[in-house]
Order: sequence, then structure tokens, then C-alpha cells
Amino acid sequence: MPLLELEDVDARYGAVQALHGISLDVDERQVVSVLGANGAGKTTTLRAISGTVRRSGGLRFDGKALPRSPEAVARLGIAHVPEGRGTFAELSVDENLRLGAYVRRDRSGYASDYEALLKHFPWLAERRDQQAGTLSGGEQQMLALARAFMARPRLILVDEPSLGLAPLIVKQLFDVLRAWIDEHGMSALVVEQNANVALEHSERGYVLEVGRVAVEGTADELRGNESVRKSYLGY
Amino acid sequence: MADVLQQVVSGIASGGVYALLALAIVLIYRSTGVVNFAQGEMAMFSTFICWELLDRGLPYWVAFFLTLAISFVGGVLIERLLIQTVSRSQAITVVTVTIGLLILLNGAAAWIWKGEQRTLESPFPSDTFDVGGVVIAAQDLGIIAVSLALVLVLWAFFQRTRVGLALRAAALNPESSRLHGVRVSRMLALGWGLAAVLGAVAGILVAPTQGSFDQNLMLPVLIFAFAAAVLGGLDSPLGAVVGGVVLGVVLNLVGAYVDFFADLRLPAALFLILGILLLRPNGLFGRSVVKRV
Repeated sequence: MPLLELEDVDARYGAVQALHGISLDVDERQVVSVLGANGAGKTTTLRAISGTVRRSGGLRFDGKALPRSPEAVARLGIAHVPEGRGTFAELSVDENLRLGAYVRRDRSGYASDYEALLKHFPWLAERRDQQAGTLSGGEQQMLALARAFMARPRLILVDEPSLGLAPLIVKQLFDVLRAWIDEHGMSALVVEQNANVALEHSERGYVLEVGRVAVEGTADELRGNESVRKSYLGY
Repeated sequence: MADVLQQVVSGIASGGVYALLALAIVLIYRSTGVVNFAQGEMAMFSTFICWELLDRGLPYWVAFFLTLAISFVGGVLIERLLIQTVSRSQAITVVTVTIGLLILLNGAAAWIWKGEQRTLESPFPSDTFDVGGVVIAAQDLGIIAVSLALVLVLWAFFQRTRVGLALRAAALNPESSRLHGVRVSRMLALGWGLAAVLGAVAGILVAPTQGSFDQNLMLPVLIFAFAAAVLGGLDSPLGAVVGGVVLGVVLNLVGAYVDFFADLRLPAALFLILGILLLRPNGLFGRSVVKRV
């Protein structure tokens, strides 16, 4: 049984329908990419899962129907790193991380996860009391991932981590995401424009076109698909 | 000199009361972006509840804490039943609702308690101390101590607890807070409850200093609290406290030494609000956030 299962999901912003019957699966311990052009419905797919857009259809997590409110979805163990990173700019880096862990009740787990986090993001230690709004774009994206990690979710939704960042930082972000997921037995659904780096770090992928799934398959299959290669991989 | 110090101490005491009500205003402003004009009347209503409980023979501190509990529930209910229903509207709509609430509470208090002058006993003795020639009233010291204690408890709650952090987060970035599992709408209700408690303490502290009070007890205090909040910066809790104390001391000193000023305290506060909004809209401590994208 897949961890996350979308079956024929629609979503709309007021009168505008953004998703037309999307179906996709994420298995345990998998990273799955969602690729596609601007406006294809990538962000909306994540928002449909976390409940931040009006949706209908079958959405199941661990076999049970997903609740409607974002708070309840978060409490089930789904962490959403949203478009724009969701940084609490006025709060310190430490307070941002504590908010990440808000859904957890185990204090000791927080401390050990923080230690584990420092191995991947050593700069967090010296920036701990700094206002998060003063971090660079790359650091804020890392902090957004770190906040999601601190929740100890079973599934992480990541929206375009590469947006506006240098290629080297993007690679580092994906490496850390992959490593953390493997270490902690989580899964991730990653929306990305940069198809190369995303597929490199994923087991499977979906290509969306105007709110529908156009192509799906393993990372290798997608890389071998000629139209995907031309449109999204650029070679 | 001793005389000046005396005026300063009693200025800090009245400033402490302004600070509490200003804090309540800031608390709600930060989480909803709306100035709650009914804050003073909510405090007045709480004061009457305390008076009623005492009148029915409850011991002072029992009545005091019971009033705070009732006020908390009242604040939460106002948010749930009234503010929540208009929360999706424009700010001006919500502000209008709070002004309506101001009038409603004032009228309700006049109706329930017959608009008569009541006397609220003070929890503090009417003694005075002589500290090196400076005569200090126990009542002033008590007011300062209670205000300070409440401010410190509130500070610890916001800075040191999980729920306090969630409350601040919900005010700063509700969208992102939801994604972290924070129940933002409950946090708003909690904020209203806390603001009502702050107001209740302000009202209970200020009523005995007036000799007697009626349903118009908090109208002038609200103006001073607004002036304090605007002076400190509407989004700054620290600013509200500093603004309240500064305002209390300055008004008291000027009032004591400039004959005609005693009657001009309210217009002066209004003038201050106007001046600050024109010259320095962020107040003394209001922050403009550093944002990098």
C-alpha cells in the first residue's frame, strides 16, 4: 500500500479549476518528483495534499482519507515546505526550528534531531539566535527544510527548493534531503522546475501538463522518454 | 526634589495601568492587525464583575482571580462569536464591530449596574512610606508590583513556552503556522482571552484610585493606553510598557507643576497620538522587519 495516494483529485481557486483528475502515489522511503512547466499545477498538487486549496477526489495517507484542514494534515505527519519558504522572518533561527517541532511532544527527540541537523547544516549553530529574515535565500531554504525535518514527518512536501538559488546550493539541498529521508525512513514529494537535479535524487516522477498527469514512471524511464527529455531536461 | 520623586512614583503607578491596557491593545493588533476599541469597555465590565463578586461577599483575592477567569472566557467568546464572523472582512469592518462592542458594553454595564457610582476596595493598605523624605503610597507600590509581575509572566509565556511561541508565530505568519500544525484560529481566541485578562487587571487596579467609578471608568484610560501603544509602536509589547510608563510619569509631572494642565491631560494624549502618527508612525520601538528574498 502506498503511503500517499491521490486518485482523480480536482482542485480549484474560486472559479478556476487548477487540477483535473490527478492520480499519483508515493511509497514509503521514496522520493517522488513532480515536474512540469509554470501553471501545470505542480504547486496546486502539493497544496491539495496539505489542504491549503479547495480540493475533491480521493486523497489517502496511510490508507485513511486526508482531513481538510492544513493543521490536521500537519498533525498526521505531513510537512509542507511551501512556495516562498514560509520563513518566520521576525523570529530567530532557533524559534523557527522549534515551530517546526511544534507537532511533536517528545522533548528529547527534538534535541537529538537538532544534533543530527547540525551535521548537515553546521552554520545553524552560530546563527541560532539570529533573526531568520536576515538569512540569505539559500540559508532560508535550508532552514525551511530543517523546520520540516524537525517535525519528524512521515512525508515531506517540498515546493521548488531550487527557486532563485545557485546550482551548487541546489545540489547541496537535494543531497541533504535525500540523505535525511534515507536516514530517517521518510518519504518526499518534490515539485521542481530543475528536472535534472530532481530526477537524479528521485525514484519516480510525474510530469504534469495543464492540471493533468502527462507522463509518469521511474526516474530512468522519464530520462529515457524523448518528449520529457526535450521539454524538461534540455538535451 | 523629594516632591518630584513622589510625583514620579505615582506617575509610574498610573503608567503601569496604561501599560497593561496598551499591552492588551498591542496583543490583539499584532495577531489580527486590528485596533480593538472595545478594550477599555471590556476592562470596565470586568471591573464591575469584580465589584459584584466582592459585593456578594467573596474574599478579595478569590474575587480577583475569579474575575480574571471570567474575563478570559469572555474575551475568548467575544472572539469566537463576534470577531470570528467578520474576520474575513476588511479591517474597517472589524474595527467598526469593536466600536459597536464598546457602545454595547457601556450600555449593558449602565443597565445592569444602574449607572450608579460604585466603590471598589483596594487590595493594598492606604499607608504611606517615608523613604528619605519621599512619601510613597503603598497603593502606588502595589499597582507597580502587580503590573510588573503581570508583564513578566506574560513575557515568560511568550518567550519561553511552546504555546507562547505558537501564538507569536500565528500572528506573524498564519499560513506557515498552519502548515506546522498550529491551530491559528484557536490562537486568535487565546490572544483575545489574554487581552481581556490584562484589561481586567488594569480596571481593578485603577478603579480604587478614582474613589468611585461608573460605566465610564475606562474611557479616559483607553485614550491614555492608545497614546502609550502608539508612542511605543503598535506592534511592540516592550514599546507598550515603556510608552505607558513614560506617559504616566510625564502627564503626572506636568499635571502637578503646570496649573492649567490638569484639565488638559486628555487632549494632550490625543495630540500626542496625532503627532506620533504624523512624525513617526512606527513609534519608538515599532520594527520594520528586515526581509531578504
